[in-house]
Amino acid sequence: MTESQNPNVSRVAGAPHADGAVAAALLACGIGCFVLGVLTVAGDGSKRLASALNFYNPTGPLAGVTTVAIAVWLIAWAILAARWRTKDVAFRNASATAFVLLALGLLLTFPPFGDLVLGR
Amino acid sequence: MGVTTREFVTLLHGMFFGGFFLMALCGAFMLLLDWSDAKRCDAHAVTPPPIPAWQKFYFVALAACGWAAVLTGAYIIYPWYRAIAPAGADLTLYPKALLTASPNTSGWHSLGMEWKEHVAWIAPMAATMVAWVMTKHRAAWNASCQVRNAVMGFAAAALLTAALAGAWGAMIDKAAPVEGGRTMRLMENAR
Repeated sequence: MTESQNPNVSRVAGAPHADGAVAAALLACGIGCFVLGVLTVAGDGSKRLASALNFYNPTGPLAGVTTVAIAVWLIAWAILAARWRTKDVAFRNASATAFVLLALGLLLTFPPFGDLVLGR
Repeated sequence: MGVTTREFVTLLHGMFFGGFFLMALCGAFMLLLDWSDAKRCDAHAVTPPPIPAWQKFYFVALAACGWAAVLTGAYIIYPWYRAIAPAGADLTLYPKALLTASPNTSGWHSLGMEWKEHVAWIAPMAATMVAWVMTKHRAAWNASCQVRNAVMGFAAAALLTAALAGAWGAMIDKAAPVEGGRTMRLMENAR
């Protein structure tokens, strides 16, 4: 039985169990994974970008790729959480978008797929 | 019998942080499967029980192990792995150079390490999100089947990416171990 079928489950906007906070966390995680994938491929394809992402020389561009992805994830999480924290949002849309972004992020980190995107 | 500093740190990264992370993710996934029972969730949505302290500790430790694994991997071990070998150097101390020196082993780097070093980061991100929802928003988990499915999906993604990273790491370290540094004696040699 889901919340729409269960009369005992409160779905009042502003209630502490509002699913907006969860939707914000899911979508932000999807965004972070997608950015990780995009930067992985972009850094591989552009020496200039790879050089810009070389935040810590012993680790190389990996340091920048992951630092930027984590920063985007956390910033997106903070912004979305501030907007959705006490709201019931269109959870199905938010989670579907999050899963698409997660799948793209996973795919883009796979080197043969990255090579395909770069036309190698 | 001894172990070098680099071997010891690699053990900490893979066997301790990575191993615990993977085992904890498996455990968390099983817990989530158990907790996703609709009748149980409906009952808990009406009268939510307090979240036991051990569960909070478990999820925090889970995420912490994941971050410790990727951070030690990227900032301590990966620099040893990718260090540029000087001309004429012993390549056993330069795993990337050793692997890419032969077409028979270059795939361990060009596919294995190139994939592992990036995909591994998805695991702690997803695990942190799952841990946060399960410790801070358990009511939303209990109240919504959609929330449960979505969180379980991300937990599965964390498990998959951690397993990929762990498996590649183990195989790459077998093909070209990260070695070097001071040797720590664990036991006197057998007579």
